[in-house]
Amino acid sequence: MAENNIISPENLVYEKTSVLTDRVLHYCPGCGHGTAHRMLAEVVDELGIQGDTIGVAPVGCSVLAYYYFDVDMQEAAHGRAPAVATGIKRTMPEKYVFTYQGDGDLAAIGTAETLHACNRGENFLIVFINNGIYGMTGGQMAPTTLPGMKSSTSPYGRDVVTMGNPLKMTELVAELPGTCFVTRQSVHTPANARKTKRALKKAMEYQKQNKGTCFVEIVSNCPSGWKMTPAESNKWMEENMFPYYPLGDIKVPS
Amino acid sequence: MARKGDVVINIESCKGCEVCITACPNQVLALSNEVNSKGYHYVMKVNSACVGCANCAVVCPDAVITVYREKRKQ
Ligand SMILES: Cc1ncc(C[n+]2csc(CCOP(=O)(O)OP(=O)(O)O)c2C)c(N)n1
Ligand code: SF4
Ligand code: SF4
Ligand code: SF4
Ligand SMILES: [Mg+2]
Repeated sequence: MAENNIISPENLVYEKTSVLTDRVLHYCPGCGHGTAHRMLAEVVDELGIQGDTIGVAPVGCSVLAYYYFDVDMQEAAHGRAPAVATGIKRTMPEKYVFTYQGDGDLAAIGTAETLHACNRGENFLIVFINNGIYGMTGGQMAPTTLPGMKSSTSPYGRDVVTMGNPLKMTELVAELPGTCFVTRQSVHTPANARKTKRALKKAMEYQKQNKGTCFVEIVSNCPSGWKMTPAESNKWMEENMFPYYPLGDIKVPS
Repeated sequence: MARKGDVVINIESCKGCEVCITACPNQVLALSNEVNSKGYHYVMKVNSACVGCANCAVVCPDAVITVYREKRKQ
């Protein structure tokens, strides 16, 4: 059969990058964390910097990121990844350093570390996975939860009068002189995932030039926390998350 | 004519999320009635219309799919 001839090494166009280990991801079916990991790993692979990259893992669903990225990794206390990354980058300025953080990690308990690292213009990449919820601990409301959005701690929907408005960390850090490149992307479609990869690659290249903090938000889904199928969660994300968290570059270096 | 492609699916690591099915422009993929050892209905090819665009593999959160595409004719 003709098809069998197509499957041969010279025709290979896409396979899992070796910068990801072969461990089976523990994420729920359809969760964007897996695709986000892979886009970042592909960038490390293509830039040939696997041996010079150091990642800092958060607390949250991606706490086990160090099992999956085949680069040097350090686990940080909840929200403290930018402080840990600061220490790593300052002692080893020639390394490529990134943090990988959820919205509970980055925009709640770690708000201070995030803002101050960006304000100091620390020379590393912050990858921010915003799924509007505390996924790991059972779908509690996060600072990023949308107005009216139900979570286990806002069962009637987020009431902004008593619970505050969703925090737009990405717009906030873009205001700080220390940040160099600030963008908001997603990984739920092939086109969006490829755009995210291009953004992550740019960010790593700017890091080489010591231009300041690069901040890549990835608006992502949490099918389990949102209590939806993966397909429903991606549609819901487009219809509800993107109007509040619009995709695109917010700050690009001149 | 579009070049022909093909995919190899690692059914043991598939979680049946269907994200790849939505992403395929040629309806090549569908869920099997069978389940893998973890109990997930896994993805399989249902026709030979694959063009090797890799859309399915790019969005698969679990890196289940490997993609091949025939070379351009000289
Ligand atoms: C100091 C501390 N406080 C609270 C917790 C409980 N906790 C674990 S993960 C988490 C929130 C994770 O949410 P997010 O960062 O959005 O990650 P996601 O799971 O959604 O990817 C919380 C509050 C903790 N582990 N440590
Ligand atoms: S709880 Fe949500 S964020 Fe965590 S792995 Fe499951 S779908 Fe992903
Ligand atoms: S490579 Fe493209 S055409 Fe082939 S199965 Fe995947 S998405 Fe469909
Ligand atoms: S996207 Fe990946 S894990 Fe999900 S159904 Fe397709 S092959 Fe399986
Ligand atoms: Mg979250």
